[in-house]
Amino acid sequence: MKYVDAAQVQKKMGTRLLANKLAKNLFFLSTLFGLIVLVILIYRVVAQSIGWIDADFIFNKLSTDPEKAGIMGAILGTLWLMAVVAPVTMVLGVGTAIYLEEYAKKSRLQGFIQTNISNLAGVPSVVFGILGLTVFARALDLGSVVLAGGLTMALLVLPVVVVASQEAIRAVPQYLREASYGMGATKWQTIKNIVLPASLPGILTGVILALSRAIGETAPLVVIGIPALLIPLPDGVLDKFTILPVQVYYWTTDSALVAEYANLAAATIVILLIVLFAMNSVAILIRNKFQKRF
Amino acid sequence: MPESGTGLDVRGMIAKKRKSASIRTVVEKLVPRILFGIAAISVLTTIGILLTLLTETVIFFERVPFLDFFTGTKLKPLGEEAVFGVLPLLTGTLLSSAIAMVVAIPIGLMTAIFLSEYASEKLRRTLKPLLEILAGIPTIVYGFFAFTFVTPLLRSFIPGLEPTNILSPGIVMGIMIIPMVASLSEDAMSAVPNAMREGALALGATKLEVTLKVVVPAAISGIIASFVLGISRAIGETMIVAIASGSSKNFTFDVTQSMQTMTAYIVEVTGGEAAAGTTLYYSLYAVAMTLFVFTLVMNLVAQYISRKFREEY
Amino acid sequence: MAVLTMTETKGKLAEEQEFSQAEKKIVYGTKDLNLWYGGDQALKNINLDIYENEVTAIIGPSGCGKSTYIKTLNRMVELIPVVRVSGEILYRERNILDRSYKVEDLRTNVGMVFQKPNPFPKSIYENVAYGPKIHGIRDKKILNEIVEKSLRGAAIWDEVKDRLNENAYGLSGGQQQRLCIARALAIEPDVILMDEPTSALDPISTLKVEELVQELKKDISIIIVTHNMQQAARISDRTAFFLNGEVVEYTNTNSIFSNPSDKRTEDYITGRFG
Repeated sequence: MKYVDAAQVQKKMGTRLLANKLAKNLFFLSTLFGLIVLVILIYRVVAQSIGWIDADFIFNKLSTDPEKAGIMGAILGTLWLMAVVAPVTMVLGVGTAIYLEEYAKKSRLQGFIQTNISNLAGVPSVVFGILGLTVFARALDLGSVVLAGGLTMALLVLPVVVVASQEAIRAVPQYLREASYGMGATKWQTIKNIVLPASLPGILTGVILALSRAIGETAPLVVIGIPALLIPLPDGVLDKFTILPVQVYYWTTDSALVAEYANLAAATIVILLIVLFAMNSVAILIRNKFQKRF
Repeated sequence: MPESGTGLDVRGMIAKKRKSASIRTVVEKLVPRILFGIAAISVLTTIGILLTLLTETVIFFERVPFLDFFTGTKLKPLGEEAVFGVLPLLTGTLLSSAIAMVVAIPIGLMTAIFLSEYASEKLRRTLKPLLEILAGIPTIVYGFFAFTFVTPLLRSFIPGLEPTNILSPGIVMGIMIIPMVASLSEDAMSAVPNAMREGALALGATKLEVTLKVVVPAAISGIIASFVLGISRAIGETMIVAIASGSSKNFTFDVTQSMQTMTAYIVEVTGGEAAAGTTLYYSLYAVAMTLFVFTLVMNLVAQYISRKFREEY
Repeated sequence: MAVLTMTETKGKLAEEQEFSQAEKKIVYGTKDLNLWYGGDQALKNINLDIYENEVTAIIGPSGCGKSTYIKTLNRMVELIPVVRVSGEILYRERNILDRSYKVEDLRTNVGMVFQKPNPFPKSIYENVAYGPKIHGIRDKKILNEIVEKSLRGAAIWDEVKDRLNENAYGLSGGQQQRLCIARALAIEPDVILMDEPTSALDPISTLKVEELVQELKKDISIIIVTHNMQQAARISDRTAFFLNGEVVEYTNTNSIFSNPSDKRTEDYITGRFG
């Protein structure tokens, strides 16, 4: 008795192959879908911004008059925010990563902190805004200034830096540590002189990605209470400030009142995307340049 | 040392330095403590979030009964007769998330299948970074896109659609989540060993059959975890809905209407600078707490699934 | 048999050594050393004395504990968290397994060269200057002198003197290994531990390292783990044969290869297993 009927198999094979072919095309179209939306989105934003991006738009202060309004304040605010987020998140993120990878390796404490960090990464950004509002802006009485926003953002992006730094530290081969210990170096000397320099590119990539996440976030800063129309330029970490995405938010919601605000929002988005694209390119360049050195 | 002749005495120099090296011993003891303190900050952040939410939420529930809050279908936070029922916000949140997942799950999964099973290495290396760009676009940009493009587009063939509604931001949120579902699912599928595929292919199965009957079942826990994380992301998403879904506190299941999510409520209330001490102010924390619990549970579920059912190949 | 022809040429040298043995000082004394990785015992009752200014070879099949033993001599095994040790290892008459013995002091006196060349991803100069620098020597002039002297000592100075600031990863494998030896020499060690230092090298580089070892033993005691028996026969004064975590035989290299007293040693060196 034969279990496989060759003729039957032959007959079905045609349909099976056809199904495979159809499915492949469907899967491919799905992949394209996201990319097509990306193209439409960028096209729309750029088209809407044409005629609105010029020197005045970049260098002017904010104004209710769409013809005069500029984003210098938001650009400076973005830079000030980075000036707070970068050092804070780098120290906290790299310090945590070193502790987890070099000092608390495989301990229960490591597991606990690790779980905590991955949960923190899943907390909605708006909740971080509430934390920032309650602790930094109100309890510490900083108000909605650069420092309060920066500290909030630093905590928000901390998991990104921790995870990237951990990966970079883990990628430093054990034989380099052994070589250093073999010379009589202490643990900290080995970390400082061997592990950190070797993992620096990976850490920097993580920090840049974290920064680009921070300057694209809107919700936490809106929650902290950044004003919709802030005209003075920020001049330090204790000044009130706004950043590009927050400006996009206010202009978009107000476009129901003044239609041109939508164009300003689009123009601001273009600037924001250019900044983000540049930062990500730098991160990718660093990653590629230093990849697989060991 | 052979032919040194320079009269260097390195060992002697080191021995001399050793004696004054007590600073190094102190540093060696101090560093792990400092680093522990730094690592503890992430834990303190979690505790800080929990404490702020809890203390203010407790006060809120002293004023508004717990049951009224969670079963109330009316939310009218301002005025003389303020009513605080969270159901309108919950339905807004769940509806927008459901719409998002209707978009993100099938497209994300099919994208993952294409990248992991069908695409050539070269094609994959071109497509993945492009999808990463999609993932890297700030949510405010998606909000702008939903409000100024998708809503008008939808309105051209859904006449009853309001200028702000839950459908359009839901769809855009779904598009935003596609890369996340695709990338996590693809990781899970790529981890399925080739031997399993080859076994089925050698029996004459087509690629589609191998994918659906071997690869997807083998990677199912990772795939489901990616869905759960996607839902969590949708629930916590703020700016898209804050811009495009409006601020009507309707209790409805009609997706063409303007509705508010929990996240958008938080943005609206803080944007209005609610005076500290008012019930409105405390309602902020009660809603944030609800949101926090929802996303935390989702994240824990996702972690549980991927840990518990981690495939042993 | 290749081994025998090798040992014949060494015969005379070995006699001279035996003659002077009484005066030789012990660098390392090992007493009843046991070591466990978790529940597995990797070293069993090791008793071994290692003499000054000699090359001591440790041979044996993979997994016999020879690498574990040499890594215990500078307490590098401690990097593995589940390790447990009992017994004594006396280095210059002090028990290094004692808790109060500072491992950094030990490793400053006892250098190590690893199986795979492992220079730091830094310049050639910085690789050699690393040891002196971490031990507090900052004077640029002194560092320059140390670097040159160490590179000369490792017989690599002529090859690298014009590119001291280039990355060490640009060197060939054999050059990298000699750079690692130079790095170890820079802090003037008393002992150098070598864990299969030539297993990743080509024959010519291997020969260079072997010649170097012969040169270095005038000032430094060298302990070398190798699975290459010819190498042990060529360069060592004394050889210990390890099997399943035990020392089967430990005596003059000459006699262990020409006249092994244990059947298992004979089986191993004649290639019957391992």
